Amino acid sequence: MLCRAVCSAGARLAPALGALGCRQKHSLPDLPYDYGALEPHINAQIMQLHHSKHHAAYVNNLNATEEQYREALAKGDVTTQVALQPALKFNGGGHINHTIFWTNLSPNGGGEPKGLIPLLGIDVWEHAYYLQYKNVRPDYLKAIWNVINWDNVTERYMACKK
Amino acid sequence: MLCRAVCSAGARLAPALGALGCRQKHSLPDLPYDYGALEPHINAQIMQLHHSKHHAAYVNNLNATEEQYREALAKGDVTTQVALQPALKFNGGGHINHTIFWTNLSPNGGGEPKGELLEAIKRDFGSFDKFKEKLTAVSVGVQGSGWGWLGFNKEQRRLQIAACSNQDPLQGTTGLIPLLGIDVWEHAYYLQYKNVRPDYLKAIWNVINWDNVTERYMACKK
Repeated sequence: MLCRAVCSAGARLAPALGALGCRQKHSLPDLPYDYGALEPHINAQIMQLHHSKHHAAYVNNLNATEEQYREALAKGDVTTQVALQPALKFNGGGHINHTIFWTNLSPNGGGEPKGLIPLLGIDVWEHAYYLQYKNVRPDYLKAIWNVINWDNVTERYMACKK
Repeated sequence: MLCRAVCSAGARLAPALGALGCRQKHSLPDLPYDYGALEPHINAQIMQLHHSKHHAAYVNNLNATEEQYREALAKGDVTTQVALQPALKFNGGGHINHTIFWTNLSPNGGGEPKGELLEAIKRDFGSFDKFKEKLTAVSVGVQGSGWGWLGFNKEQRRLQIAACSNQDPLQGTTGLIPLLGIDVWEHAYYLQYKNVRPDYLKAIWNVINWDNVTERYMACKK
């Protein structure tokens, strides 16, 4: 799911290192719609900050942490490997969660699933709604149902049901 | 610190129940200044939402949770008492933390502390600037919601910087006595500073009420 293509040149040059031989960094996925596409339910300002600042920071920090982790691994420095775990979980989790989240939403969303159980995340960090809904998280929750991408959620369910 | 006056009639009527006999609820303390008083560093809209909505919700939910806790206690229902603990910590901590926070800020704040507090800061951190850098870094570095704190370590008789998650109260969680708290939940700054938490941290030093922090320090130093 996450884009981490191993470059073929590196794989040939350093087979002994295995998958660590040459790894492209994680990258911020494009939003499948414009920043304003989910209005009025989630406004454009939130979508732009949420995607281009918050998610982008998780990606950048994940790449930096993984770089440090690779160095520690290479040196056999287990202390540092352990010390890096919280940052890996936080930034790795942030990248995974938001990558799923953008696909879970759609300007053509809403309505109900067709007889299947959904697999779907709802970000309730304050940055996901505060500019528009302030402290009233329930209003954000009411609104977000208008933009849930059921096609995507169904796809995910079918994929993991196998 | 928190307003919980035991009503005297209740105390007379039900001495056997002790302090549980009659207890007034927790209440939202007034801000010692107007909502707009900390501009341009923290804007009025943030202060109004933060005080009248967020802190008010902690107070209301704390009262409701304590009511349920009292019932469970009376029934000997330990399962429910334990189940209520997260809500008590979250809302109780939220009330404690914000009650301290409003007093830590002032429109006449900023600059540096003087006297004994300044000497203690120099002793324990090297200089005021190094202390400011460290508390800023710890507060900016909180992952998710939480607080940065300057606290007093009673055993070791020294100042210490710590971070807490969510609304975990400093003293209940670490034993440190809270002197100065910096709220880094997004609701504390997002409307004005968006995702740029470091800018909020830069600004808040302009409104730190060193008189209040000093008062708290002198009180716990005894």
